[in-house]
Amino acid sequence: MQGLEKLMLEKANALLQSGEVDRVIGWKKGESYYDVSPATFTKDNLEGFVYNCFCGANLSKYLVAESKKEGKMLVFLKPCDTYSFNQLLSEHRIEKEKFYVVGVGCNGHLDMNKVYAQGVEGILSMSEDENNLIVETVYGQKIVEKESALLIKCLTCKSKEFAVADETLVVGEMKPANPNRFEEVEKLESMTEAERYAFWKEQLSKCIRCNACRNACPACTCINCVFDNNASGISAKANADEFEEKLFHIIRAYHVAGRCTDCGECSRVCPQNIPLHLINRKVIKDINENYGDYQAGAEVNARNPLVNYTKADVEAKEVVEGGNK
Amino acid sequence: MQEIEKNQKKPLIVAFCCNWCSYAGADLAGSSRLSYPAEVKIIKVPCSCRVNPIFILKAFQRGADGVILCGCHPGDCHYSEGNYRTRRRMGLLFSMLNYFGIEKERTRIEWVSAAEGAKFSAVMNDFAKTINELGENRRLEDLRCKD
Repeated sequence: MQGLEKLMLEKANALLQSGEVDRVIGWKKGESYYDVSPATFTKDNLEGFVYNCFCGANLSKYLVAESKKEGKMLVFLKPCDTYSFNQLLSEHRIEKEKFYVVGVGCNGHLDMNKVYAQGVEGILSMSEDENNLIVETVYGQKIVEKESALLIKCLTCKSKEFAVADETLVVGEMKPANPNRFEEVEKLESMTEAERYAFWKEQLSKCIRCNACRNACPACTCINCVFDNNASGISAKANADEFEEKLFHIIRAYHVAGRCTDCGECSRVCPQNIPLHLINRKVIKDINENYGDYQAGAEVNARNPLVNYTKADVEAKEVVEGGNK
Repeated sequence: MQEIEKNQKKPLIVAFCCNWCSYAGADLAGSSRLSYPAEVKIIKVPCSCRVNPIFILKAFQRGADGVILCGCHPGDCHYSEGNYRTRRRMGLLFSMLNYFGIEKERTRIEWVSAAEGAKFSAVMNDFAKTINELGENRRLEDLRCKD
C-alpha cells in the first residue's frame, strides 16, 4: 500500500497545483501507524497525508458538510465508499460538480483490536507489505497476517467495483468480494425466536447510546435527527431499559432501510463491538428476497424499494415467515 | 382484590383500522350483532399507510400484547396506493421484529373491507385467541409503563 500512498499523494499534489481542486479529503497520520483519522488538506499543507491498512473510515459522510463549502474537492474513495457517495448524490445531499472522485484500490482494512488480540504488545513501529503487517515491538519483530485482522466490514466485502469514479488508482490485483455476505444473517435466522431474543438482548444491552453508529453512518444525514428531537418521544440520552435499547436500534435500522449501502461503518465505530451491521443486512436481505435485488448506491437516482411497490408484492406474513425460522 | 384482577389480566390488543374499509367493517360487525373480543382496542387511522412503524413500537411499549393492522384490500385503497406501501413497510418491520426475537404471531396485517363485518369479527376473535395462547408480551415492553 506504500506504492498506492505515493500515487495518491502525487495525484493530490498535481491536482492542487493545477488548480483543478482546492482541497483534498483523505486520512491523516496520528501518533502511531494505526492512529489515522479522516482530514482535509490544502495546497500548502499536505503534511501527514497517509493511506495504509488502517484507513478503513468511509469518507463519504464528511462530504455532506464539505459540499456546502466553496470550491472543488478531491476525495479518495474505496470501492465500498463509492456506493455511499452515489446514495448521497441520489438524495441530493452532495453535488457531484464539487468533487473529483478518485477511486483507490482496497484489499480490506485492519481492526487494531484484532491485532492486539494476537498478543501484540509494546509497539514501537509498524510497516506493511502486501499480505502482512510487520510490527516492531519491544519484544522483537512480530508478523501479523492481514487476513487474520480484517475489519468485520471487510470480511463481508460486498463489491470491488467502483460505483462512481473520475479515475481510479489501483496497485496490483484486488482480492474478490465475499459472495456469502449474508451468512451471519442466515445463521441468526436459523435460530429459534428465543435464541435470537437472547442473542440481541446480550448484544444490545452493551449499548451506551453514544450515537457513534448514527454519526458515522453515511445514510444518516437528516439535519434534525429524531433522536435529537425532544418532541419525537423517542429521544433519550441513555437507554433507561431494555425496551429503549431495542427501540433505538430498530428505528436506526429502519430509517436507513433501502438506503443502507451495507458499508459497515456502524459496526466499525461501535465502541462496544455490537454487530449492528447484522440488523441493516437483515433488511437488505429481506428486500432482495421479497422485492427484487437492490443495492443502494449502485446507480444514481434508482428508486428506493421502500418508496416503491408492485401490485404483486408478497404479503407481510410471507416476508416474516420466509426469512425467519 | 387487586391480586385477583392482576392474575386474570386479559391481554391488550391494539388494532389500527383504516377509516374507509376496516373501521366501517368493524361498524358493520357491530350492527350485524357479531361480537369481537373486548381486549381489542381500535384506533382509527385515515389509511393503513398512516401507521408509522413507531406507532407499533409505541403500542408494544405501552403494554400491548399484540398489534394488528387492518386496511382495505390491495387495489381498493381509498387513496389508490396506500395499502401497497403499508404492505412493504410492515413486511420489513415485522420481519425485523421477529429477527429480534419477538414472536411473529404478535404482529399481523389483515385486509378487511367495509362489507366484511363477519371477517372482521372472525379475524379479531382469532387474533385474540392467538395472543391469549402466547400470553403476556415480555420481550418488547417498557417496564415503567406497567403497574
